Amino acid sequence: MYRAGEMRNYDVIVVGGGHAGCEAAAVAARMGARVALVSFSRETIGAMSCNPAIGGLGKGHLVREVDAFDGLIARAADAAAIHYRMLNMSKGAAVRGPRVQADRRLFARAIQAALAAQPGLDIVVGDADAIVTDPAGTVAGLKLADGSLLSAPALVLAAGTFLGGRLYRGEWSAQGGRTGERAATALGRQLRDLALPVARLKTGTPPRLDGRTIDWARLERQESDRDPWTMAPDTPRRTNPQLFCAITRTNATTHDIVRGGLDQSPLFSGAIGATGPRYCPSIEDKIHRFADRDGHQIFLEPEGLGDALVYPNGISTSLPDDIQLAMVRSIAGLEAVDIAVPGYAVEYDHVDPRCLDRRLGVRDVPGLFCAGQIVGTTGYEEAAALGLAAGANAAASALDRAPVLFDRATSYLGVMIDDLVLQGVSEPYRMLTARAEYRLRLRADNAWTRLGATAAAAGCLGEARRRALDSHRADCARANAVLDGDIGYDATRGRPRDGQRRSLGDRLALADTPFRDAAGDIPALAALAPEAIDEVESDRRYAPYLARQDAELRALAANERIAIPADFDFAAIPGLSNEMIERLTAARPETLGMTARIAGITPAALSAVLVRLKRIAA
Amino acid sequence: MGYRDTIFALSSGRLPAAIAVVRLSGPHARIALKLLINKEIPDRSPRLVAIKGGDGALLDRALAIRFDGPGTATGEDIVELHLHGGRAVVDAVLATLGAIAGLRPAEAGEFTRRAFDHGRLDLIEAEGLGDLLAAETEAQRRQAIGQAGGGVSHQVATWQDAALNIAARIEAAIDFSDEDDVGDADVAAIHAACAALGGEIGLWLARPPAERLRDGIAVAIAGPPNAGKSTLLNAIVQREAAITSPIAGTTRDVVDVAVAIAGVPYRFLDTAGLRGDTDDAVEAIGIARARAAAAAADLVIWLGDDDAPEHAAVIRVAAQSDRRDGPDWDARVAHADIALSAVTGENMQRLLDLIGERARALLPRDGEVALNRRQRDALAAVADSLDEAVRTRDLLIVAEHLRAALGAFDRLTGRARTEDMLDALFGRFCIGK
Repeated sequence: MYRAGEMRNYDVIVVGGGHAGCEAAAVAARMGARVALVSFSRETIGAMSCNPAIGGLGKGHLVREVDAFDGLIARAADAAAIHYRMLNMSKGAAVRGPRVQADRRLFARAIQAALAAQPGLDIVVGDADAIVTDPAGTVAGLKLADGSLLSAPALVLAAGTFLGGRLYRGEWSAQGGRTGERAATALGRQLRDLALPVARLKTGTPPRLDGRTIDWARLERQESDRDPWTMAPDTPRRTNPQLFCAITRTNATTHDIVRGGLDQSPLFSGAIGATGPRYCPSIEDKIHRFADRDGHQIFLEPEGLGDALVYPNGISTSLPDDIQLAMVRSIAGLEAVDIAVPGYAVEYDHVDPRCLDRRLGVRDVPGLFCAGQIVGTTGYEEAAALGLAAGANAAASALDRAPVLFDRATSYLGVMIDDLVLQGVSEPYRMLTARAEYRLRLRADNAWTRLGATAAAAGCLGEARRRALDSHRADCARANAVLDGDIGYDATRGRPRDGQRRSLGDRLALADTPFRDAAGDIPALAALAPEAIDEVESDRRYAPYLARQDAELRALAANERIAIPADFDFAAIPGLSNEMIERLTAARPETLGMTARIAGITPAALSAVLVRLKRIAA
Repeated sequence: MGYRDTIFALSSGRLPAAIAVVRLSGPHARIALKLLINKEIPDRSPRLVAIKGGDGALLDRALAIRFDGPGTATGEDIVELHLHGGRAVVDAVLATLGAIAGLRPAEAGEFTRRAFDHGRLDLIEAEGLGDLLAAETEAQRRQAIGQAGGGVSHQVATWQDAALNIAARIEAAIDFSDEDDVGDADVAAIHAACAALGGEIGLWLARPPAERLRDGIAVAIAGPPNAGKSTLLNAIVQREAAITSPIAGTTRDVVDVAVAIAGVPYRFLDTAGLRGDTDDAVEAIGIARARAAAAAADLVIWLGDDDAPEHAAVIRVAAQSDRRDGPDWDARVAHADIALSAVTGENMQRLLDLIGERARALLPRDGEVALNRRQRDALAAVADSLDEAVRTRDLLIVAEHLRAALGAFDRLTGRARTEDMLDALFGRFCIGK
């Protein structure tokens, strides 16, 4: 074990034990790097600091993608799941979003167990004080507050909201990243010293309620899904008892109470200047901006099996304690409720992600990678996915391997990284299926198929997962073979009216029958793995639309192959407006295709970039 | 970045003109030239050549120049043909080129694009070559001002917002289906919104195009031989544009004259006299062209008796009033819209007024902005996508079609992106847990 004043050598150092940091450390270790995961405390590793849920629309897709790299979050979610819900079940397979309510303690325990079992990964309890660079400005290691030193050529910064974090509630405010925990301010100051572009964002959280004081009988219940799917496709079965969630609403009295307290809300008093997310507004914001609504839905989500705490999803607030209490007690079912921990807003530093390259590496500090909330995202799933990408690339960089890149056309991870490094953020970035232009092909159910080969080639898969992937591929191949054939073709009925003899798959698609439902009549189908049938069915149903996109993708791929050198001077292009030069210089696109996607870049500007590139090459 | 196809276009001004330059660019340019003139000519050395059509008929004697790439305007092999500037000659050469495999007519700005892609132009030059509207007449000037003042872009922006709002409703239902402010999507209402927007765009697409204003309203003067068509043309354009003589069949090809009258641009087409019994092969070709020109024209001035061609807009003229009389003539006048004499000028102003009156119906109305070709193409793509969106109940597929429609708007305005849709979404729905 490590001692103060000692120096230890690693390949990759990860700062932060949240969702990004844990995935980063774990994937780097799976790839064979020697990894140090630095955290304030061992107990908070894998903590879920906001709502007790994992997954959802777009987010569930990210969880499955991390899982396709043998990551931690999907399996930990299964280990902690106390309520399963597949969102958009009535809509197309591409936009179904798996989500679970997770027991906080079970989740953190599962993450901690997975890290402990991972060879090559040390957990270092300590206070990160400064990133150490060599005279050339390349990362050399990390200095801890006790003066000891960790050395490594690659470092992943995944400090969440702890950099320059400041909590607000009513007129009270204090430094910190999470309630009851301190902030990593020294590191925040260093980021500014490293001349990284740093800006402020805000987010918030609702008060935690004592579930024993809620009148559950009055409330509408939402039960866990019966269909026994799991977050990680290879989790054998659900293990925990399943709880229900409940739904209640705010009302006119609630709104009056909130309105009466607006002048004491730091959001409205001007204490918080940073931008909050549009999709996760505080209850103050909701009532202010949507004044015509007579009520807002609240999901009461249990925080765990052995825990009376309940998370009232939908009333994030930074009002003073007394107003928070009056507000919740005005709500049906919560008339006698006690608040265990009040809600608060947090304002924190983030690095403008446009200073990152596609590996999530800081362009101007070789060896430094960033992931999670620190680059402007919100959500466990977004953080985990970025952590995976940053960790894999940090390991690749330290071990001198090819970078692990993600593509918009094959993953939500690719969409997110591309959006972040090209467009930057104006609010905390949350994944949505609407952000993925190729979402018909980016399904939660085909993440292994989409990314398995990339993950295997990068060395991210453990032995067990490699075998599971091979077996899944074989299942899909068998399903395709059965569906391409004419098994089950009823010869006694003669030829179909239009005289065409169709494959089983075409007939089922034409009849609009869910393939699984036909398995009762067709034994060859019943013998197949159900997940493989579902995946292959979706492929077939969307095939005409995917074919239409293929031409578009080919055209885009041509621009994607035109690389832009790192020292390319956008300001030297004649005729470009200052605004255009500013956007291009901030984002520093690495290819012509990336250039085309930057907001506000016109076709003429794109042509000018191309002309300049050709001239340099000539 | 090599292009596989070879493009060609008339790259000089509007016909007729003294010389018309047809330019080819691409890998097949040299082969195409050889097919046209049946021999090789050296690089960058002009030659007088005989250009022949696919059937071996002589089309024109013209100047041909070959520029071998990459040191050319587009960076590709280029061939230039300097033809005699008659419409028929140019049309025949363009038709012959179009029949050669690997060749196709260039799209607007495509030569510039290739020059760009091959690093032969910088941005300033390219913008100098931009598609600027030359306001040759008062009506064009007004139209140009209408566009620059944002008449079309304002309308397009309104539609784009409408499409973004529909997309936002769908995306909200997909990404936030668990929010009570969103709820389940009302597919019928989304279909109705798509159909309403598509219908409105369709109405605009049915309006007269802006090109008619730029190129002029085509007015064909047609009728039997010796009816005075060329004399009428010369009187209208007030110069000896067409040869006149008392001999029937003097005009053999289509004479095409551009002129602005009262601020409206026209192209007057004098055509060969129509008769069914000629045994002169050249005159027969002229007659066929005359019929084609009349059919393609926006307006026909008919100088014959009663058998005017089938056409939506015909002005029947009883011409040569200075030297006709008798019962036959009276009957003709009774059937005609106007009786006039191009020689004495009798009723000529009335004819011009009549033409002006008919022309107004064919042009975008004053104050009504017209769509140009690029805008029409993009909006037609929008309308098609909206039409497809109405044909499926699968919300995800409706969303795909809306995405295509928004993509077409983007090509027109280069403006909206997913962010704009999200703005519409979060502005409309209270989302957030």
